[in-house]
Amino acid sequence: MAGGGSFAPPALCRKPREAAISHSPSAIVTHSSSSPAPAVSFVNVSRHFGEVKAVDGVSLDINDGEFFSLLGPSGSGKTTCLRLVAGFEQPTAGSIQLHGEEVANLPPYERDVNTVFQDYALFPHMTVGENVAYGLMIKKVPKPERDKRLGEMLELVRLPGLAGRRPSQLSGGQRQRVALARALINHPRVLLLDEPLGALDLKLRQQMQIELKAIQRQVRITFVFVTHDQEEALTMSDRLAVFNLGKIEQIGSPAEVYEHPATAFVAGFVGVSNLIRGEIAQAITGSAQTFSIRPEKIQLRDLGQPVSGDEYSVEGRIRDVIYLGMHTRYLVELSGGSDLTVVEQNLRTTSMDVLAARGRAVRLVWQKAHVRPVGN
Amino acid sequence: MTNTSRKPPALIIATVGALLFLHVPLAIILLYSFTTDDRTYTFPLPGLTLRWFPTAWARADLWQALWLSVKVAGVATAIALTLGSLIALAIYRSKFFGREAISFLVILPIALPGIVTGIALRSALSLLDLNFSYWTIVVGHATFCVVTVYNNVIARLRRTSASQIEASMDLGANSFQTFRYIVLPAIATALLAGGMLAFALSFDEVIVTTFTAGQQATLPIWIFSQLVRPRDRPVTNVVAVFVIAITAIPILLAHRLTSKDA
Repeated sequence: MAGGGSFAPPALCRKPREAAISHSPSAIVTHSSSSPAPAVSFVNVSRHFGEVKAVDGVSLDINDGEFFSLLGPSGSGKTTCLRLVAGFEQPTAGSIQLHGEEVANLPPYERDVNTVFQDYALFPHMTVGENVAYGLMIKKVPKPERDKRLGEMLELVRLPGLAGRRPSQLSGGQRQRVALARALINHPRVLLLDEPLGALDLKLRQQMQIELKAIQRQVRITFVFVTHDQEEALTMSDRLAVFNLGKIEQIGSPAEVYEHPATAFVAGFVGVSNLIRGEIAQAITGSAQTFSIRPEKIQLRDLGQPVSGDEYSVEGRIRDVIYLGMHTRYLVELSGGSDLTVVEQNLRTTSMDVLAARGRAVRLVWQKAHVRPVGN
Repeated sequence: MTNTSRKPPALIIATVGALLFLHVPLAIILLYSFTTDDRTYTFPLPGLTLRWFPTAWARADLWQALWLSVKVAGVATAIALTLGSLIALAIYRSKFFGREAISFLVILPIALPGIVTGIALRSALSLLDLNFSYWTIVVGHATFCVVTVYNNVIARLRRTSASQIEASMDLGANSFQTFRYIVLPAIATALLAGGMLAFALSFDEVIVTTFTAGQQATLPIWIFSQLVRPRDRPVTNVVAVFVIAITAIPILLAHRLTSKDA
């Protein structure tokens, strides 16, 4: 959108971004139109709170127009990273750039980014319309223009006609949409979303995931999305970064991260993985290198069945069977003592069949190609 | 009040007794502002009259005392509103060394007996060689008025989501705009309630005032001096009735304002 160039989103951004920015002389406006710089760039960024290294030497590039997720358990540093981009936190060390410009020392109101907060942070004493148009009011955008953009925004988040309500009169899902509209109305170059779907129930969350994705495609703004839900990150992201203990474990597309987990942590956190180490690994592959294998890649066969040359196999006994309707999860105890999880779709089997499998000796077989060596 | 049918009678009697104990004296004051007897409290009243109202109205010393009280309460409340809300914002928004200590020190004056505050202020003022004046009364009152505002504002801030302030800054508002559009509306009713309480507290304060006032008499001090040297005693009752009325209104309003959004 810089310089009214490569992106031409429909309806929403008919107003060129320069027009929006001209009302706020303090905003960062000097980006060149053909800037190849990433939308967000972290170079060796750290944020320490006393002894706690919330973010510890993170380097990261997020491309313009990307849907990028920061995934990790709570306390892994993903939200602190988002707050560093927004300007609510200052880095202890390192450089943060937005579209090639150093912003580490700029206050939040001088950064061309907007945030959707986890608790939505709607202003309770204002109507929905006043909430959404707040950024424009601050930038002294004339009233007719403000009203027009407010109408477009409420249309975009599918809340037309609710401008006069108070936030307290809305449902959780509606509040979430108001928060989104309030952030997007300023046409930020980067939108930051801090676990925005965390408070919604499962059905609503799945619906909002699809909708958020559609909105992102429509407005073509870079989305940086913080979540601890690996399924959500895999569903929505173009790329994602997996955080653990203040550091990035892996950056990649959902398929890369899922299929080729770089570390034992990623293998365990993104989806379910079996990690096989030491002697058992040695016995199966001939090397003591730890490797991961996804439960759905493993087949259960009877002991007598043949194994081909491009497969690994190991014998075990089914210790437990968990029938989950669509599929069944088997816990298989290997002779060496450790457990492997195997998931099979219930293509032909019924609950009676699978539950009867408990205690049976089986051979576990998987393609060599599905084995991922991981660091420890 | 969910099961009104089964309340122990002893509890009802105790409640009614306590309420009577608190409010009968007020009723007596009200009653004796209409008596024809100008020296003593006799019962039953020898007669009813309205003549003490014009008498009170005509007393210049009363008007002086009333005006001084209003001025002191007004200025002390203004100081309390400014300092109280600033302290509350500082304590709420930032974490700094000694934060808890400051919070405690701010609340202390209302917990301390007035006599201690009074003596402390008096010796401090003598030490500084300051003359007792209107301003020394104001400062004395401000010490406890700040607390009521601070307490109201900090309680409101703690119920307000911190991310609202961040959201406002995120949407382009600087600190002043954020205060004007987000913080001030959020704490407005708390300021009003705290300010009214502060005004009422200052308006009827006796102890700290006696230590910090020079020759000036605020309304409570004037009433007190009238009891010692009785002259037209029912006039004091008339004044007391007005003070009850004037302080009851803001306190009732403050109660309504804070309970509405609790």
